[in-house]
Amino acid sequence: MAKKSNQDASQIVIQMKDIVKKFGDFTANDHINLTVHKGEVHAILGENGAGKSTLMNVLYGMYHQTSGSIEIDGREVDIDSPQKAISLGIGMVHQHFMLVQPFTVTENIILGMEPMKGMVVDIPTARKQIMELSDKYNLKVDPDAKVEDISVGMQQRVEILKVLYRGANILILDEPTASLTPQEITELMEIIQNMTADGKSVILITHKLKEIKMAADNCTIIRRGKYIDTVNVEETSEDELASMMVGRKVNFNVEKKEQQPGDVVLEVKDLRAKDYRGVEILKGLNLKVRKGEIVGLAGVDGNGQSELVEILTGLAKAESGEVLMGGENVVNKSPKYIFEKGITSIPEDRQKHGLVLDFTVAENLVLQNFEKEPFAKKGILQKDQISAHATELIKEFDIRPVGCETRLAGQLSGGNQQKVIIAREVTNDSELLIAFNPTRGLDVGAIEFVHKYLVQQRDKNRAILLVSFELDEIMGLSDIIDVIFDGQVVGSMEGKNADENTLGFMMAGGHKDE
Amino acid sequence: MNKKSRSILESNALYTLIAIVIGFLVGAILLLMIGDNPGVVYSTLLDGVFGKPKFIVYSIIYACPLILTGLSVAFSFKTGVFNIGAEGQFVVGSLAACVVGIFVDVPAPIHILLCLLAATGAGVIWGGIVGFLKIKKGINEVLSYIMFNWIAFYLSNYVVNLEAVHRTGGGEATKDILDSAHMSVPLWITALTKCTDSNWGILIAIGAAVLVWFIMEKTTLGFQLRAVGYSKTAAEYAGISSNRIFMISMMISGALAGLGGATQVMGMGGRISQFAAQEQYGFQGITVALIGASNPVGCIFAGLFYGAMKYGGNKLTIINVPSEVINIIMGTIIVFIAISHVFKALLTRGKGGNN
Repeated sequence: MAKKSNQDASQIVIQMKDIVKKFGDFTANDHINLTVHKGEVHAILGENGAGKSTLMNVLYGMYHQTSGSIEIDGREVDIDSPQKAISLGIGMVHQHFMLVQPFTVTENIILGMEPMKGMVVDIPTARKQIMELSDKYNLKVDPDAKVEDISVGMQQRVEILKVLYRGANILILDEPTASLTPQEITELMEIIQNMTADGKSVILITHKLKEIKMAADNCTIIRRGKYIDTVNVEETSEDELASMMVGRKVNFNVEKKEQQPGDVVLEVKDLRAKDYRGVEILKGLNLKVRKGEIVGLAGVDGNGQSELVEILTGLAKAESGEVLMGGENVVNKSPKYIFEKGITSIPEDRQKHGLVLDFTVAENLVLQNFEKEPFAKKGILQKDQISAHATELIKEFDIRPVGCETRLAGQLSGGNQQKVIIAREVTNDSELLIAFNPTRGLDVGAIEFVHKYLVQQRDKNRAILLVSFELDEIMGLSDIIDVIFDGQVVGSMEGKNADENTLGFMMAGGHKDE
Repeated sequence: MNKKSRSILESNALYTLIAIVIGFLVGAILLLMIGDNPGVVYSTLLDGVFGKPKFIVYSIIYACPLILTGLSVAFSFKTGVFNIGAEGQFVVGSLAACVVGIFVDVPAPIHILLCLLAATGAGVIWGGIVGFLKIKKGINEVLSYIMFNWIAFYLSNYVVNLEAVHRTGGGEATKDILDSAHMSVPLWITALTKCTDSNWGILIAIGAAVLVWFIMEKTTLGFQLRAVGYSKTAAEYAGISSNRIFMISMMISGALAGLGGATQVMGMGGRISQFAAQEQYGFQGITVALIGASNPVGCIFAGLFYGAMKYGGNKLTIINVPSEVINIIMGTIIVFIAISHVFKALLTRGKGGNN
């Protein structure tokens, strides 16, 4: 993609100087500087919990800095609320969506600044404006759909639209591509390019080095709350960026030894299901996963992956077809029954399905096994055992901060939340592990960790079904790659023989032999 | 800001106390507006509660059913259900205890146990029906709870007027329950407190609070109840059936309110009068649960507070002050507890948050 570099040093729009933000004894931001120019895409790179979000929350008025100053367009400002930030032309798209689930897309976008017609909210006009914006930036949202019914990908686009609707000049995008498909990411990059050409500035918080290389002009690196450097992206390699971020060299390639797969663990036969609108979304899907292999299910978001995983975990019902687990058909059984039969999963939405955010880390780590010995005896919870179990896993899986047994899961960073889920699911010792976008929103260090554990589980002869929208992840990990398109598996190939072009072609609905 | 002062700012107890103070301030303003001296009124109130040992005992007696309905509502809150039906469960509980108290003639300890069991069972059924409607038919529990409050109301009046139940002689009420069903205390305690209504119902209330705390914090059932209350989706994903948990929660919640009804009949009244209006014990339980922050121990204190306010409030008529001022104070407290997160945000603003 052509990179635009129309920065003009005289046109500094944001100048954050020596920003310090403390939470009690903890320093989240330790003298951080950030300079953003007009029309620039400025990436902020750092591990989970490095302090990127804190810095952006300071800029957006969610927190107030302990010390340091902020200048917008050359004027020192005191941003004491998001309202103030919005009035200064700053808009933020959060990593975790802030949408009202039962409201429609239109209602969510206009929330807080509803166009009025006399005493009533003028929905038709708002709808029209939103459609225009959506078309202009190619965001493809359905303005009348309820947010609770739309995919994670579309929810993200609604969030972006929300900011655009408020006419922001400076857009902060916190992990905007975490849930987008490769095509959507390309489209988003085009949107970003249109916006910067328009004179808007974009701050991109991302862990994905590839995207930084693709879209950003400059990149500021933060590590453990400290400012490391600001570099010109053109002149810096991905490896250099990664080691500046993590503070050591990062291994991008997943190491995996050859292994002969064993018996079939999971077999899905002619599975059919409808989505929330009653439209058939799984149209006779067939799939097999054997012991000691990782089957990667590649595909673009919305081709039936969510429905498939929901059926495999018992959360949704199929219309017809079979899910054979060790020969027994478990389709349409309860989640508990399916869990007992040996299917565990790393869910796509860790905050909605993976964790009870108001439970402690220790409680979350026994969320399925709390009734079993040694965690409970005769219906009484054994707090000591639960706590000791947590201490062990926190150490083994390097869940931070250290000693977080009694912390609420909601207080951990996204990467550490994911570690809690992974720690729980891989220690369940089930026969089949389903991982659905297991590295969504994680930084390279955490991704390396997740991938290492998935391969380790495979080497322990577990069957693994990896459902991911990240083609790199699928190609790096899978022994077998199945491609899902329009509710069916349309092609299958060995992981080591796969190439991106063929996969991409099949994911878009083409056939391998065409 | 150091850790200690922050944890105080973040604790609910502080905001509850602030709300109580504001409640009394608003009450004082209203008293001034109607031409009464708040100092005189509040000292009458205090004297009415603490003036004699007997008054304190009465405050505790008044608190007993409120603690139980408060626990009932608090228990439901923890699982994400709003038991606005504690009123009806309380009524069927007292009715069941009363009927068993009148007609079953067995020795005292067994009789009391039977009455308590009947009341608990009635509460379980009353809450369970609403749970069944919610789970099997998808009927919003708030609607059916309110309807079942009125069904209980008219059921009670119907039973009170049955010939076999209605007392002979004067009064629109049932016969008195047998002495063996009274939760009376030994005579020396009555002599000490100089309160003829002394009963040990408060022990049941405290026992129930301990039991609720134990279930919630120590058992696998409590684990599931809390998991569903915090995140139904994550609980279901982990294999916990939220429908089953809702049902259990609504039945236990009903049991607690029913037990509250029993303590009222077996401790104080000894009979049930025909209702002209709802008696409000269940609704006052909502207030208790809110003041007690849905915490079992909190409910004991909140119940004692409300009991004292109710009992002391009766004395206000002596100095010609409408006892409704108590309701205004309690209402104001609830409003300020409800918006306490606003204070919390203001006081801790910029000083906390998660990263």
